[in-house]
Amino acid sequence: MDLKEAVSSLISDGDSVALEGFTHLIPFAAAHEIIRQQKKDLTLIRMTPDLVYDQIIGMGCAGKLIFSWGGNPGVGSLHRFRDAVENGWPCPLEIEEHSHAGMANRYVAGASRLPFAVLRGYKGTDLSRVTETIAPIKCPFTGEELVAVPAINPDVAVIHAQQSDRKGNVALWGIVGIQKEAALSAESVIVTVEEVVDEIEPHHFQTVIPHVAVDAVCVVPRGAYPSYAHGYYDRDNTFYEAWDGISRDRETFMEWMERHVMGVEDYASHLKSIEKEGIVSR
Amino acid sequence: MRSHQEEKSSRMDYAADEMMSIAAARELRDGVLCFVGIGLPSEAANLARKTHAPNCMLIYESGTIGAKPEVLPLSIGDGELAEHADSVVTVPEIFNYWLQGGRIDVGFLGAAQIDRYANINTTVIGDYQKPKVRLPGAGGAPEIAASAKEVIIILRHKRRAFVENLDFLTSVGHYKGGKSREGLGYTGAGPTMVITDLGILRPREESRELELVAVHPGVEVDQVREQTGWDLAVSDDLKTTSPPTEEELGVLRELRRKTEAARKEGAG
Repeated sequence: MDLKEAVSSLISDGDSVALEGFTHLIPFAAAHEIIRQQKKDLTLIRMTPDLVYDQIIGMGCAGKLIFSWGGNPGVGSLHRFRDAVENGWPCPLEIEEHSHAGMANRYVAGASRLPFAVLRGYKGTDLSRVTETIAPIKCPFTGEELVAVPAINPDVAVIHAQQSDRKGNVALWGIVGIQKEAALSAESVIVTVEEVVDEIEPHHFQTVIPHVAVDAVCVVPRGAYPSYAHGYYDRDNTFYEAWDGISRDRETFMEWMERHVMGVEDYASHLKSIEKEGIVSR
Repeated sequence: MRSHQEEKSSRMDYAADEMMSIAAARELRDGVLCFVGIGLPSEAANLARKTHAPNCMLIYESGTIGAKPEVLPLSIGDGELAEHADSVVTVPEIFNYWLQGGRIDVGFLGAAQIDRYANINTTVIGDYQKPKVRLPGAGGAPEIAASAKEVIIILRHKRRAFVENLDFLTSVGHYKGGKSREGLGYTGAGPTMVITDLGILRPREESRELELVAVHPGVEVDQVREQTGWDLAVSDDLKTTSPPTEEELGVLRELRRKTEAARKEGAG
């Protein structure tokens, strides 16, 4: 399916949307499509918001963010995320903050269609004070005091993978993160892939998501750039560093987004457009 | 006794940051399973692996078990980490089976703010609802602090980081001191050591308050007091850290050089 069509038919204003990928295989191409279609009031869910949500938040598509670590990995702050939280720009952003373990377990409960998950954590922290979706629970068997977190069931999960076959089975390998849980917890699933192959080859530590759990497969080569696709291309650390300057100030950010995201047709033209200005490294 | 000046000139020159990484690396015993945060902890853990602890197993929260990076990763999920790992598992598996499962010997953490009981803030500076500075947040730290058998914290010794009261308690150290941590039901023992660019602190036996147990060569106690936002306890038996050996410095610098080169190559 065409990515444009997948995003317009499966994602509506006000939806809760999880674009996952733990540093690896981050679905940037799909994020750009969401931005171009000017979706509004989304509840964004993601363990590590990364540049991908900095862009969506900065463009005013989100009303709420559910997350556990919001930085530019190895570089510093996400300036658009900070501007939204600290100053409400371009619109107020409600946040619901967890730890990685809490988020991971919320997805597991969601994929299991259980109402909540249980873990040993959060006690004594201020997170349990500021976040309503953290609550104490007593083990009915031992009486131990533990913590419950509610399931996450996004309206739509979006992930990027290396390959799919013609049937729509999806294969990802390398760091597999939380994508399987995110996909299985959601109502609908959009997958962008590097390529479609006749037969998926086995790889170390590979995860295969069966076609029955996938609603749309869209071929977008380099669709995870500037993050990476193991076996296809490396993470562009230079872009992550450059983003610090691009995103620091509102005007520079808006100009950049207008030129390289709003003003282009698709991800291939986006990549050409930043290549021309020497931002893209390879 | 030699003066600090003579001490310095008789050895290789090194920076305070290098001393910090080397002091932290020394604390990692060979063969331990170490859960590593990105940045300073990752540098120290990889230095240990390349010097005295070749069999120490590094675990990153992205799900890589037994990662053997040749250069330091910029992010917690660089491909480099999966390339030579013993296994790569999902995020729920790393947190539930490995960390909460009690398999991690040492958790290695950084911090933006720390208090006298080694509780950590990585969430906000200022008020949570109206923050002065919004920091990245918790990530894996709260559960690493909860469940690793012991925790080592590494951060630069600055007054704005060593505070009387945290703006936000993200990860629990020794909580309110004494036996208060035990009341939370965590399985790990909590922080056993805080390593900075000025010296080393450890929690006292009873009160669990951090106490300065060693200063790095050339550092005066007053300097450490100056950079600590509370009335710092100092051990009666204060030691001076051994300066970096030629091997330690050599390996650390080579690691940094290769990391820098790899990044430039990536950019070229």
